[in-house]
Amino acid sequence: MAAIESTLTPETATSSPALAALPGRTRDLVPGAIILAFIAMALPVIGSVPTWITLTVAALAMGMMLFIMASGLTLVFGLMDVMNLGHAAFVAVGAYTATLLVGPLRHLLESPSVWASLAAIVAVIAFAMVVTAALGWVYERLFIKPVYGDHLKQILITIGSMIVIEQLVLVIFGANQMLLPLPEAVRGSFLFGDVAIERYRLVAVVVGVVVFIGLTLLLNRTRVGLLIRAGVENRAMVEALGYRIRGIFVGVFVAGSALAGLGGVMWAFYREQFTVAIGAEVLVQMLIIVIIGGLGSVTGCFAGAMLIALSTNYVSFLLPDLALVSNILVMMVVLLWRPQGLYPVHKH
Amino acid sequence: MPEARIQDTRAQEASPLLALAGVHTHIGEYHILQGVDLVVPRAGLTVLLGRNGAGKSTTLRTIMGLWQASRGTLMFDGADITADKTPEISRRGIAFVPEDMGIFSGLTVQENLRLAAISGRFDEARLDWIFGLFPALKRFWLRPGGTLSGGQKQMVAIARAIIEPRKLLLIDEPTKGLAPAIVDNLAQAFEELKARDTTILLVEQNFHFVRSLGDHVAVMDDGRIVHAGSMQALSADEALQARLLGLHAGAVH
Amino acid sequence: MLTRLLSGDFPRSRMLSTLLLLILLYLATAPFLFSGARSLNVAATVCVFIVLVASFDLLLGYCGVVSFAHAMFYGIGAYGVAIAMYKMGPTWTAMATGAAAAIAVSVLLSFLIALISLRVKAIFYTMMTLAFGAAFGALVMRLSGITGGDDGRTFRLPEVLTPAFRVFEEPVLGTAINGRVLTYYLIFFVSAALFLLMLRVVNSRFGRVLEAIRENDFRAEAIGYRTLYYRIAINCLAAALATCAGILMALWLRYVGPQTTVGFNVMLNILLMAVIGGLGTVYGAVLGAVLFIVAENYLQSLMGGLSGSLSSVPLLAKLFHPDRWMLWFGLVFVLSVYFFPSGIVGKLRTALPGSKGLR
Repeated sequence: MAAIESTLTPETATSSPALAALPGRTRDLVPGAIILAFIAMALPVIGSVPTWITLTVAALAMGMMLFIMASGLTLVFGLMDVMNLGHAAFVAVGAYTATLLVGPLRHLLESPSVWASLAAIVAVIAFAMVVTAALGWVYERLFIKPVYGDHLKQILITIGSMIVIEQLVLVIFGANQMLLPLPEAVRGSFLFGDVAIERYRLVAVVVGVVVFIGLTLLLNRTRVGLLIRAGVENRAMVEALGYRIRGIFVGVFVAGSALAGLGGVMWAFYREQFTVAIGAEVLVQMLIIVIIGGLGSVTGCFAGAMLIALSTNYVSFLLPDLALVSNILVMMVVLLWRPQGLYPVHKH
Repeated sequence: MPEARIQDTRAQEASPLLALAGVHTHIGEYHILQGVDLVVPRAGLTVLLGRNGAGKSTTLRTIMGLWQASRGTLMFDGADITADKTPEISRRGIAFVPEDMGIFSGLTVQENLRLAAISGRFDEARLDWIFGLFPALKRFWLRPGGTLSGGQKQMVAIARAIIEPRKLLLIDEPTKGLAPAIVDNLAQAFEELKARDTTILLVEQNFHFVRSLGDHVAVMDDGRIVHAGSMQALSADEALQARLLGLHAGAVH
Repeated sequence: MLTRLLSGDFPRSRMLSTLLLLILLYLATAPFLFSGARSLNVAATVCVFIVLVASFDLLLGYCGVVSFAHAMFYGIGAYGVAIAMYKMGPTWTAMATGAAAAIAVSVLLSFLIALISLRVKAIFYTMMTLAFGAAFGALVMRLSGITGGDDGRTFRLPEVLTPAFRVFEEPVLGTAINGRVLTYYLIFFVSAALFLLMLRVVNSRFGRVLEAIRENDFRAEAIGYRTLYYRIAINCLAAALATCAGILMALWLRYVGPQTTVGFNVMLNILLMAVIGGLGTVYGAVLGAVLFIVAENYLQSLMGGLSGSLSSVPLLAKLFHPDRWMLWFGLVFVLSVYFFPSGIVGKLRTALPGSKGLR
């Protein structure tokens, strides 16, 4: 009986797998279309094209930064089934660590050369990521490892440790507002007719896209990425194939913490002034993004971040203070449509 | 009958590949395995029979380290694996095909197999042999695991288990819900594996499928082994079949 | 009679009983014990938070879910009664209207939240409550015309409850019995009644079912209990109780503002008190509340003194600075979750096997 084979579509019929260049995956473009539609629909509501462009670019930049900050959270939850509410603390640590380099890098920061400014940003990011990665490694051993599998304890412990870390940051740095001035060459805006687009927002978008592409390539083209994707679905089976998943867990957690630090730096530059609550302020939004994106999905996190950033920016312009309410509405609508998130990961 | 007895003795004289002694497993408050004594001789196919809920899957999972035995010892190839963790057990040369096949839905068939090739690259000769066993694999090589039918998934699951040479394969109810053509395909694959000196421990409820395939058989009930011996002996003794398996003469399970 | 009053839920530990008795005595006689407004303030706050934390424990300890919206219901109660009395004048009717409206809103909201999010993963419930709590804060600031925004709302109480009102001309036991004292006893008795109510609920068949659900909701469902209905019910009850606590607090302070009702701080405090006191034990709320509030008020002075004496070692001085008291409580909290999952109450009851609480 050739019944089974006949149910297959001919697209992948090939005698040599090595030659088959046909993609087996169908890309789900619906969420992307929805985002574009959302942007388009906002134009008539806002009224003016220049304002609309400014808001949309601002939302893109903010979305990128939220994506970077939340990507670590979704991977950690997807792979390790750990709800780390202390993730916000890493954002704050990243931001604060960045301020340490303001003095030493003053020449780079004040130079009008674009390359100097970019170099300064890269240096600050690298430093902050190393620090937050190291902190993440310690944090995982102290606070996460003992409570694997117990969601309730995870929520409690990670909140407690977030408080402790934030207080320690205050002990070290003091309770004053922190300043992180933008490098000279990325200040100000590009002018296109009536439209002003801040230079730094473009930098943020570029960084965000680089991170997204980097993560996607890592997950889809490398062996480590293969392990992570498989582990998100079915941890036990990955172990049964002979891999010690614990090492992968720690690696993902450390990477997630470093990403939070990176996001913190970008966000701190954006605001130029911040307090220790810089992470906690976006915690709710990060959680919403992770839920609507689909736990464990990087693409979902990206799409979710865009949606939340767009709704925040548009609503802040139209009805100030109701941005958070609009985020909740977006979450409820998305969950009603796709209860497992925009790009659900099929969990075992 | 005399040949069967001689074969039995010979099998017992060679040291078994896998030996469970007095193994108990608790899952939460449930006492599933209540003193399992199981011997899996080297080479050949040992079948683990029993009705639903007897503890067959739990036995496989305990061997694989997915459940920790609360009492008893497990010996594999002369080494004590009772306290070993799953990755270590796998690296000793045991492959596991669970009841739900454990295929990664988001990964393509190729990626599923690549993950199983722990050395990092495919052995081309071995891959060709697998394609010989399951020609259909080539057709859905690049499709995500989640889009495959039950039969296709089962092929991938078994291919994944044998992509690297293993000493022991643990396979849990592979024929459940599959069309007869695929079941034949699987039987063929098992024969070829036996010919390559791979030891297989197969959990099945379908006695008809295994009676020609199996060399040794163990029957489980209520968390214990209630019968162990050669498949030939059980196959020939219908009264024994009826008592152990509730099979009536002429019935096809 | 005591059995009926406590619904059969005794402290079961001599140490614990002594402590609770002392606390009860302290709260009952607070106006006469110390002079000065501050100590009475502490006592009133303790009464209110006992109700607030115990109702939180109904959800966390008995139902196994973390609700970050609890402070929101507290805020709804406070704002409800404050706005009503501000707009409608310092009358009993206004108070009743505000209270009733607030409780109704809370019950409705909690019903909605529970309905939507309890069907899905428990973690979604937590996030939902977090989002709703944050949204409430934003709403309060947005509707500053009604809520007073950042400044909050001050209002007056009915004449009987004002300091100017005197029950007796002469002071009793050294304290003038004025409206303030009456207000205190109003809060004290209402809190006590609500506390006993919670004991009753927890020890009733309803409470037993809740525990069964927390242990293994799959099995509870299999036995025949519609776990969703029970969970929705407990959510509404807990929300209503938190609202009552908010109402009482507003009456005491004659003021409501975002700093004390909105924002993560109150929520964290509740969490700390519940966990340190002991989850799944109503008495835990009592201990946790007393410990926390007393510490908050008096510990900071201690720390200030300690920090001053350590001024030669800047790092240590900063560590013990009174503003950093949250650091130490956070540490105690984390240690509690690790080592004392059943809190102080659990530790005191260690003679009894199988104490309730986090496992």
